[in-house]
Amino acid sequence: MTGRRPKNQPEGGQAPVVQRIRLRYAKRGPMRFTSHRDFARAFERAILRAGVPIAYSQGFTPHPKVSYASAAPTGVASEAEYLEIGLRDRVDPGELARALDAALSPGLDVLDAVEAVGGSLADRIDASAWRVELPGVTAKAARQAVDVFLAAAEVPVERLTKQGRRTLDARGPVVRLDAPQPADVTPSEVGGVPCAILDLVVRQVTPSVRPDDILSGLLVAADLELPVPPRATRIAQGALTAQGELVDPLAADRDPAVIGAPLS
Amino acid sequence: MSEASVAPASARAGQTVWPQLEQLLPKVSKPIQYVGGELGAVVKDWDAATVRWALSYPDAYEVGLPNQGVQILYEVLNEQPDVLAERTYAVWPDLEALMREHGVPQFTVDAHRPVRAFDLFGISFATELGYTNMLTMLSLAGIPLDSSERDESHPIVIAGGHAAFNPEPIADFIDAAVLGDGEEAVLEITAIVREWKAEGCPGGRDELLLRLARTESVYVPRFYDVDYLPDGRIQRVLPNRADVPFRVNKRTTMDLDAWPYPKKPLVPLAETVHERYAVEIFRGCTRGCRFCQAGMITRPVRERSITTIGEMVKEGLEFSGFGEVGLLSLSSADHSEIGDICSGLADQYEGSNVSLSLPSTRVDAFNIDLAQELSRNGRRTGLTFAPEGGSERIRKVINKMVSEEDLIRTVVTAYTNGWRQVKLYFMCGLPTETDEDVLQIARLAQEVIKAGRAATGSKDIRCTVSIGGFVPKPHTPFQWAAMASPETIDNRLKLLKQAINSDRSLGRAIGYRYHDGQPSLVEGLLSRGDRRVGAVIRRVWEGGGRFDGWSEHFSYDRWMTAANEALAPGVDVAWFTTRERDENEVLPWDHLDSGLDKEWLWQDWQESLSEYEQPDCRWTPCFDCGVCPSMDTEIQIGPTGKKLLPITPVNAGLKVPS
Repeated sequence: MTGRRPKNQPEGGQAPVVQRIRLRYAKRGPMRFTSHRDFARAFERAILRAGVPIAYSQGFTPHPKVSYASAAPTGVASEAEYLEIGLRDRVDPGELARALDAALSPGLDVLDAVEAVGGSLADRIDASAWRVELPGVTAKAARQAVDVFLAAAEVPVERLTKQGRRTLDARGPVVRLDAPQPADVTPSEVGGVPCAILDLVVRQVTPSVRPDDILSGLLVAADLELPVPPRATRIAQGALTAQGELVDPLAADRDPAVIGAPLS
Repeated sequence: MSEASVAPASARAGQTVWPQLEQLLPKVSKPIQYVGGELGAVVKDWDAATVRWALSYPDAYEVGLPNQGVQILYEVLNEQPDVLAERTYAVWPDLEALMREHGVPQFTVDAHRPVRAFDLFGISFATELGYTNMLTMLSLAGIPLDSSERDESHPIVIAGGHAAFNPEPIADFIDAAVLGDGEEAVLEITAIVREWKAEGCPGGRDELLLRLARTESVYVPRFYDVDYLPDGRIQRVLPNRADVPFRVNKRTTMDLDAWPYPKKPLVPLAETVHERYAVEIFRGCTRGCRFCQAGMITRPVRERSITTIGEMVKEGLEFSGFGEVGLLSLSSADHSEIGDICSGLADQYEGSNVSLSLPSTRVDAFNIDLAQELSRNGRRTGLTFAPEGGSERIRKVINKMVSEEDLIRTVVTAYTNGWRQVKLYFMCGLPTETDEDVLQIARLAQEVIKAGRAATGSKDIRCTVSIGGFVPKPHTPFQWAAMASPETIDNRLKLLKQAINSDRSLGRAIGYRYHDGQPSLVEGLLSRGDRRVGAVIRRVWEGGGRFDGWSEHFSYDRWMTAANEALAPGVDVAWFTTRERDENEVLPWDHLDSGLDKEWLWQDWQESLSEYEQPDCRWTPCFDCGVCPSMDTEIQIGPTGKKLLPITPVNAGLKVPS
């Protein structure tokens, strides 16, 4: 006997974590309607299907070691979601990504995997870039609304949360908001219907400000009405540089020299 | 081949409605339930299929998706090269309103095709409370509610599931009903539709229904006329066509090892009520609990062998990634090799964090041994015992053979083996029941706690008493019984609560859960109703009735108002529910053959009243319920003597696609 088990702990215990891997994944097409909880359940099953040597927490109801960076809202697609898993055996990150991708439904796609060398994912993410398509809105109308929005010092909007109705400032955390002319981008026009596009970089704040809050802000500040539900996609997450660019949060793991280095 | 006459709009028939639906989803709650894309889902080429089925469990996705019946038929049908099967569920009122506003029809979740475009629309009714949801689905699909108004362009609407053993209340709305096991029945129906289409759909819809009816195992209500006596009782039910059988037989799948489904269980993205891989370890039950329709209509007992169960669990877990396995049946501890199954699976999955569960209603120590075995992995599942009746007397009436000493000893064994909480399940409103019978539940629970405290020396033990309202069901010995009124039930439940709390020390350790009597009464109306009840269902639905199985949507007043308007005086809700029937009354389901001999059922009803207990025919001689000879079936049980071998870890390591 090397010591007493803590009270109320089952015998045996779980194998320790020997490797941490960080993944970037996408939520695409119809799968954008998964909530964070939906994704988490699907991911835990994919771990089992793919034969991933996942580590578990201790206790009577052991949980797989998975931790998520802030998740895109239900209904919003993403090309840049992040999570970290703890493993009880070492694996090749590339093979892990392929095995998990095959085990998840199409549209929930694993894009990248790197072994974590330290730090925390959360510390490397302080802003998100989004692209929002606005079917039925002309680029000109979108531009005008954006100009009015950006000129305001504050744009208070209301959101229904579980705690009830609360007001937050949609303008403050916006680092960048563009409505590029159609020449700049390829608008996804369907049958001659105009479709404006918004490019958006928003700082992570609490409570979070999401693309639908910005759209509420465009309505409140500039009367921008949306005839059809918009389609938002998170394009990137990362640390914000002085130039307003986002640094890939996995870069520091891929090349440890980058840790703490100035962001280019 | 002329397929055009089946579906005139066939050019666009199977076209997806996803682009329209997608616009609505951001505005509804839990949109993922309408998206499909689950593991195990199958999307086939519409034009390459000859026979196309839409399958439904008529409740919300979160309840409907785990339904085993639909999953099994979905897989069985899709394994046929020229058959396509997709699933559709009841949409919540928020989406229903948007679909009506924007003209989006009832759709399948697999490829988002309009239900209207399919050849067959199969609906599995585990409970009668899904009837209003069926009407919503038909209406959203653009299928006339009245089967008589449908033409060749509409799907054949077929009801299945346990409620289909009396489909009379929905006779106006369905084209056909299938009684019993579906695996072989759906293939037989498919073959008939395939042939009829290949011949160019001769005789139209009528001819197709006639061909189905001639199998003698598909019930087509329109081919039967019901005559009534002046007092409202049924005089007779007779075929109105030549070649249509007087009685329709239930289907029985005999060799469960030959039908090891689901092999590829559906793994939802949305949260559902059961998140596990479920294996049916046997079908049927001969314990003979007189209230239990499932036990009566699924006879005889047919076991799946230990080796097939082992393979299904292994493959089902590998395919799905589920972390839990449920070993299901009507009384799982009764499998002839359940001990070896449990210890074998516990060995195989030791250290894997896979949890195993065994729902069982048995009240004996063996149940605890099995639960101990299954919880070796560290995860301890809950223990539920179902004495069903509070007094020894009422347990004889319902044929639930367990003595008070047995019950107390069993629960105490659970406590001394480390369970701190057990659940006890009872019913209220049973035939011949008095207030005293129900009050015995309180005494029993208090005795259990007292004995448990004495045996463990701890006050840290609890039990939860859970009460369900009894509903007399067709094809059971209680099909003649009077139902208790909601007032009687609610009063007994109130007295029981007072009795439980009469001793504060003991009462603190006893949890109490129950349902009000009102929903049971509506279930009773629908269970034993006849064709006249269809008008009530329609009126409730027209008045907004949806999701009647959900307390937040169920409205007793809406049902009672509709019944007052739609039923004739004298033949009212009370007539259908709280009235006792006599031996000679023609029951609405007498022309539907579950295999049970009506004379035997009556005799068992009489024996119930004299408190005579009927032992199980698996271990004592046959008691002539009639099923085996009339259905040409027999009990199929082990033991096979085989064991589950350790799983060799060939699959260890990452499964990287090549």
